[in-house]
Amino acid sequence: MLTLNVNGSTRHVDADGDTALLWVLREHLGLTGTKYGCGIAMCGACTVHVDGVPKRACITPASSVVGKQITTIEGLAPAGDHPLQKAWIAEQVPQCGYCQSGQIMQAAALLQHVKQPTREQIVRHMDGNLCRCGTYQGIVRAIERAAKEVAT
Amino acid sequence: MSAQHSTSAGLCALALAACAQPSTRHHASDSAAIEAFQTVHAVFMHPRCQNCHIAGDSPLQFDAGVPHAMSVVRGPDGHGGEGFACSSCHGEANSPAHMGPHAPPGAPHWGLPPPHQKMAWIGMSPRELCESIKDPRFNGNRHLAALDKHVTTDKLVLWGWNPGGNRPPVPIAHEEFVAQFRIWAAAGGPCPTN
Repeated sequence: MLTLNVNGSTRHVDADGDTALLWVLREHLGLTGTKYGCGIAMCGACTVHVDGVPKRACITPASSVVGKQITTIEGLAPAGDHPLQKAWIAEQVPQCGYCQSGQIMQAAALLQHVKQPTREQIVRHMDGNLCRCGTYQGIVRAIERAAKEVAT
Repeated sequence: MSAQHSTSAGLCALALAACAQPSTRHHASDSAAIEAFQTVHAVFMHPRCQNCHIAGDSPLQFDAGVPHAMSVVRGPDGHGGEGFACSSCHGEANSPAHMGPHAPPGAPHWGLPPPHQKMAWIGMSPRELCESIKDPRFNGNRHLAALDKHVTTDKLVLWGWNPGGNRPPVPIAHEEFVAQFRIWAAAGGPCPTN
């Protein structure tokens, strides 16, 4: 039995400690906003935050995050109104949408540390999050828009 | 101070004094130590070790030493860029086998040397490496005893012999490497001429 703190709540999960955090979130806790992409931390679709740091949930053993604060896309903003989520809608970023929760979680970590990132900083920070639809230009615009809202 | 500590401190002082001597002045007894350093050089130049001992700010990966994917950078403390740490993908241990051979490797405090002391040694000759790694200005202010501890017990160093997945480990046994390192260090760290 694992005890995890997910989105501010204590959750008890009957799972092996080596189980990937991704499957604990999706299969045991029903938090399906976090997606499976490559399974080897190369695409970013499974990105969540662990103690505020982006983490690839697909290769993170659940036992390694016991006692830490796990945040998924469902917990990023209680009402779904994080500046990035609003910017994503305003810029109409998604096409198929599959990678977008990982993209937003990765971007949120950037804005926590760098309030006004340059375009170069955004591109570099987001380089590990792949989008098969190629929505990269929209992603950059949305992050820039969110950064402006955070600044005002 | 205990007798053991006192002896250690004395040895360290001797080692530091030896470091200050011109590296080209060798005694006959140095030859075995210089030969032992060839093993040290071979280990340090292995991709498992040198891929993160880089002159720039972007680490390398794989045996080919290609630039790390994802535009990964050294960052302000050697543990990745702001908001995107090495620990985003590299955990405290190698990934469980069921995650496959391509899952990222892991070890405690995964990262690069800090930007103010990069300890970059890719491409160094044995002489250059020898003179660099015993220079406190290069090596993080470590004397030879501290270097011994680093190569013997640091879990990130030891990862090179247990890299997980299908990555080849450092081909020289760790015990053999440490033995050769100590032969070299016990002689005061004499350096080859080239």
